[in-house]
Amino acid sequence: MMNKEQLIGKLKIIVKPYTNNPEAYENMDEGTGFIDDLRINSANLVDIILDIEETFDITIDNDDMERMLDVKAAIEIIEAKLAGK
Amino acid sequence: MDRRVVITGLGVVAPNGVGVPAFTNAVKMGISGISHDRQLQDLQFSCQIAGKPEITENMKLSYFSELELRGFNSTGILYGVIAGLEAWADAKLPSNGPEPDWDTGILFGSGTSGVDKFRESIYKIDDLQTRRLGSNVVAQTMNSGISAYLGGKLGAGNQVTTNSSACVTGTESILMAFDRIRSGQAKRMLAGSTGESGPYIWAGFDAMRVCTFRHNDTPEKGSRPMSASASGFVPGSGAGAMVLEDLESAIQRDAPIYAEVLGGNVNSGGQRGEGTMTAPNSAAVQRCITEALKKAGVKGKDIDAINGHLTATSKDSLEIENWAEALDRREADFPYINSLKSMTGHCLSGAGSIECVASVLQLYDGFIFPNINCEDLHPEIASVINPSCVPSGLIIKNINLLAKASFGFGDVNACIIFKKYKN
Repeated sequence: MMNKEQLIGKLKIIVKPYTNNPEAYENMDEGTGFIDDLRINSANLVDIILDIEETFDITIDNDDMERMLDVKAAIEIIEAKLAGK
Repeated sequence: MDRRVVITGLGVVAPNGVGVPAFTNAVKMGISGISHDRQLQDLQFSCQIAGKPEITENMKLSYFSELELRGFNSTGILYGVIAGLEAWADAKLPSNGPEPDWDTGILFGSGTSGVDKFRESIYKIDDLQTRRLGSNVVAQTMNSGISAYLGGKLGAGNQVTTNSSACVTGTESILMAFDRIRSGQAKRMLAGSTGESGPYIWAGFDAMRVCTFRHNDTPEKGSRPMSASASGFVPGSGAGAMVLEDLESAIQRDAPIYAEVLGGNVNSGGQRGEGTMTAPNSAAVQRCITEALKKAGVKGKDIDAINGHLTATSKDSLEIENWAEALDRREADFPYINSLKSMTGHCLSGAGSIECVASVLQLYDGFIFPNINCEDLHPEIASVINPSCVPSGLIIKNINLLAKASFGFGDVNACIIFKKYKN
């Protein structure tokens, strides 16, 4: 099982092309918000979720999708899905 | 008081030239952009030749971000963005300001948008994969996708819209943009149109048997407007764009001025009389031209050159007769006339704007481009006008007034009058 730092590392690669704030991206940690901090266009959140699904071979349902607005929530959801595999 | 409107920037993505310098050279030299299309052959089309602009990967990367190119599959938006941004840069206008530019609008037409993207999506949807479509299907497949992409890239804050009127689209977009500036509602408009490539765009025409099937082995000879041996049009694609600007604004910022738009007209034959969904009503065509002259404040006798619609179908002779009647000029008194489609094929919703760019270049540079593949002028045309009015070689000559018309399915017409700009 991947640890949190490894997960954040993978997530960082995924969100990079959608990010509009390089500084916040460089300092991305658990407290970073996708829209507020990284200034990702909200329409692109679905693309990020598809990329996460592909990278981790998991499926994220609509309820989880709705609350996946920051790194912390994303990590929680990915960890839960990976544990349930 | 009505404002005067001039053209301060040009952009073009055509089968025979991408970018104004390459296109100008091709048009002057009579270089064909028609080639054999392997995909059309594999799909067993009757017509297996087409006009497709060549866009390199590097060019894509200089007009779109990497993110925009992820899952990008719309040739119409690709061509339109490249042509539109070329025109904008050509007009020496800035972009990427922090605020919307309230004085600038976009009027960029299209017949369809992202048909290839739509096809890709349909397969996913039917495979129960709707949730996996991603976020970019709508922006690429909405008809206004092209104006939305351009509007965002330029920060346009005036009207941003897409018009659609079949093969009239491009000429109509320029006239609509002209009206908006003339009435003082915008200082400048990026106007133009785009036409997509590929079998899913062209199949319907192939099925109607209106495309030539006689030149699959001789693609460059395939598009033969006004020729006795014309056997249908060659499908094409691409985009043309121009920046239309209030003359005062253009002078104020010392912009290059290519030509003046004097005015024009759009109308429809109502699919009455001889007019149908696919055939023009000649009374409407003639009326469109005479009204355009009237609105531009010029006489038929003053027109130096015509850039026709002239697709290489059986309707070419009728078009010549309609011009002769509307201008009241025949035989050697008829103006020069040419058809860009001999080199590009029929670029459908992109045609009008690409041909308007070629028309404006003729006024600006002082030339009449050659009609290729018309060494055997149709006898019905030769009985109305003198063959010398249909040049088969480049003519270097300053011209003052040019009439450009486009006609389209739905029995719709547009005619625009361009004038050489002299300060």
